[in-house]
Amino acid sequence: MSDTTIQAPGAARIPGKVTGESTGVARRRAPRVNRSAIVMGLYLLFLMLPIYWLLNMSLKTNTEIVSSFSLWPQNLTFQNYVKIFTDESWYIGYINSLIYVVMNTTISLAVALPAAYAFSRYSFMGDKHLFFWLLTNRMAPPAVFALPFFQLYSSVGLFDTHIAVALAHCLFNVPLAVWILEGFMRGVPKEIDETAYLDGYSFPKFFVKIFMPLISSGIGVAAFFCFMFSWVELLLSRTLTTVDAKPIAAIMTRTQGAAGIDWGVLAAAGVLTIVPGALVIYFVRNYIAKGFALGRV
Amino acid sequence: MNKTVNQKAWFLVLPVLVLVAFSAVIPLMTVVNYSVQDTFGNNQFFWAGLEWFREMLQDDRMWDALGRQLMFSGIILAIEIPLGIYIALNMPKSGFWASFCLVVMSLPLLIPWNVVGTIWQIFGRVDIGLLGYTLKQLGISYNYTQDPFAAWVTVIVMDVWHWTSLVALLAYAGLQSIPNAYYQAAKIDQATRWAVFRYIELPKMAGVLMIAILLRFMDSFMIYTEPFVVTGGGPGSATTFLSIDLVKMALGQFDLGPAAAFSIMYFLVILLISWVFYTVMTNLDKRDSV
Repeated sequence: MSDTTIQAPGAARIPGKVTGESTGVARRRAPRVNRSAIVMGLYLLFLMLPIYWLLNMSLKTNTEIVSSFSLWPQNLTFQNYVKIFTDESWYIGYINSLIYVVMNTTISLAVALPAAYAFSRYSFMGDKHLFFWLLTNRMAPPAVFALPFFQLYSSVGLFDTHIAVALAHCLFNVPLAVWILEGFMRGVPKEIDETAYLDGYSFPKFFVKIFMPLISSGIGVAAFFCFMFSWVELLLSRTLTTVDAKPIAAIMTRTQGAAGIDWGVLAAAGVLTIVPGALVIYFVRNYIAKGFALGRV
Repeated sequence: MNKTVNQKAWFLVLPVLVLVAFSAVIPLMTVVNYSVQDTFGNNQFFWAGLEWFREMLQDDRMWDALGRQLMFSGIILAIEIPLGIYIALNMPKSGFWASFCLVVMSLPLLIPWNVVGTIWQIFGRVDIGLLGYTLKQLGISYNYTQDPFAAWVTVIVMDVWHWTSLVALLAYAGLQSIPNAYYQAAKIDQATRWAVFRYIELPKMAGVLMIAILLRFMDSFMIYTEPFVVTGGGPGSATTFLSIDLVKMALGQFDLGPAAAFSIMYFLVILLISWVFYTVMTNLDKRDSV
């Protein structure tokens, strides 16, 4: 940054004294860059250590975990992972989680897209109140809803199904999707809509053919955040399922067997839950702040 | 952007309305229903009026949980906000390392919350965890299942680990929006590093920081899974926060009336904060569009 200052045409006209000052700043800046690197290095180390420890444990046998203490696996084993991938009671949890997460993402986006368009383009009676009401649902504590959900879905016969969890997660994911998409849609100039209508496009055709490609990055980001918040949630998904739709997160809590806790398998299961997020994070890295701030950065 | 008045837009919003009404309004009305009724079992309910609310307001248990909750939210805000800003200031501005930092920092945010709990449960154990073992070797007594202080430290460090990146990412996004000309002008004025921060960076970050503070406050205010996995609310009830207490009451003991009254008061607090949040957001939008 300091280089560009010196080379900038504006800076060249500044009297020599000031330019001299700014090289002085640049010289003082040099160790600062290193300090930044150290700060970031320490912070990233702090973030990675617990995750590394989980990975480390997942590659050890249970005897090794309990009997000795080492920073890396002495006898590398993939047995814990093999167990998860071959035991149906384990891997079914991942399948269950993925089913309801994908269902939830699809539902959320399908209803949020038209609504976000309405909020970004039109003003109508009660729009501000409605927008606020949606936000309150994103902020509602799941603990408040756990018991009513349990009773509601039991009474309509949806208890312990994937769709029940998917619908329950709509509580916070639909508002999130609406807010994020609205944030992206307001960046698209309104003239595009008007031109398309003049060219004789009907609303559905315009929306699918022209508008959706324009905000494709927004749709991607909204989908990522719906996926993520549905994936990380435990309280509601655990309350609404017992056997058939039990998510991996709830299955993980049952590793306390008669012979004590199966640490290796627990760690391996944990590592596997991190994988989906880690795989896609690269694609949304520049939008992640915008997503967490509900489309408002 | 000036919007067209169009009442037909309601039809576009209708699906959302129906869906959220099903998943929010019906359950919420159930809660309201329970909060004003009493039962002797057998699904026979009778009117109890505001009895449960009165009882909950006089109950020390709820006030204790609220106190612990406020203390927890206060402590993590006091740590995460300054630390997040500091990290954001030290992040590389562009290039490979900026992307690398963004990806690694986002990682804790994407881990399922109970796995976050599991990670720290293991990490802090004195027999098999790196943190607990190291502390033991250093001669520091540390046992988060027995000692309330250690339990609190564990839960707070875990939350800092989990969420500081969110604050840092938001602050970073705010910093990125500052034009380079501002820094050049500051350099010409021979501003100190502190002055640059105080008069350029902080005002420019104010909007996103406000979002970060409110998000962190609200999310920490309803934290459940992570402390539940690590400490289960213990030792005793040292780390029993509002949500943990509520779930214990509603699903553990099936005390429907008190739990419902509790829920409604909890929800009203959240509603109030949401309103502040909304006002901040819309003001931010207005400022951007001018």
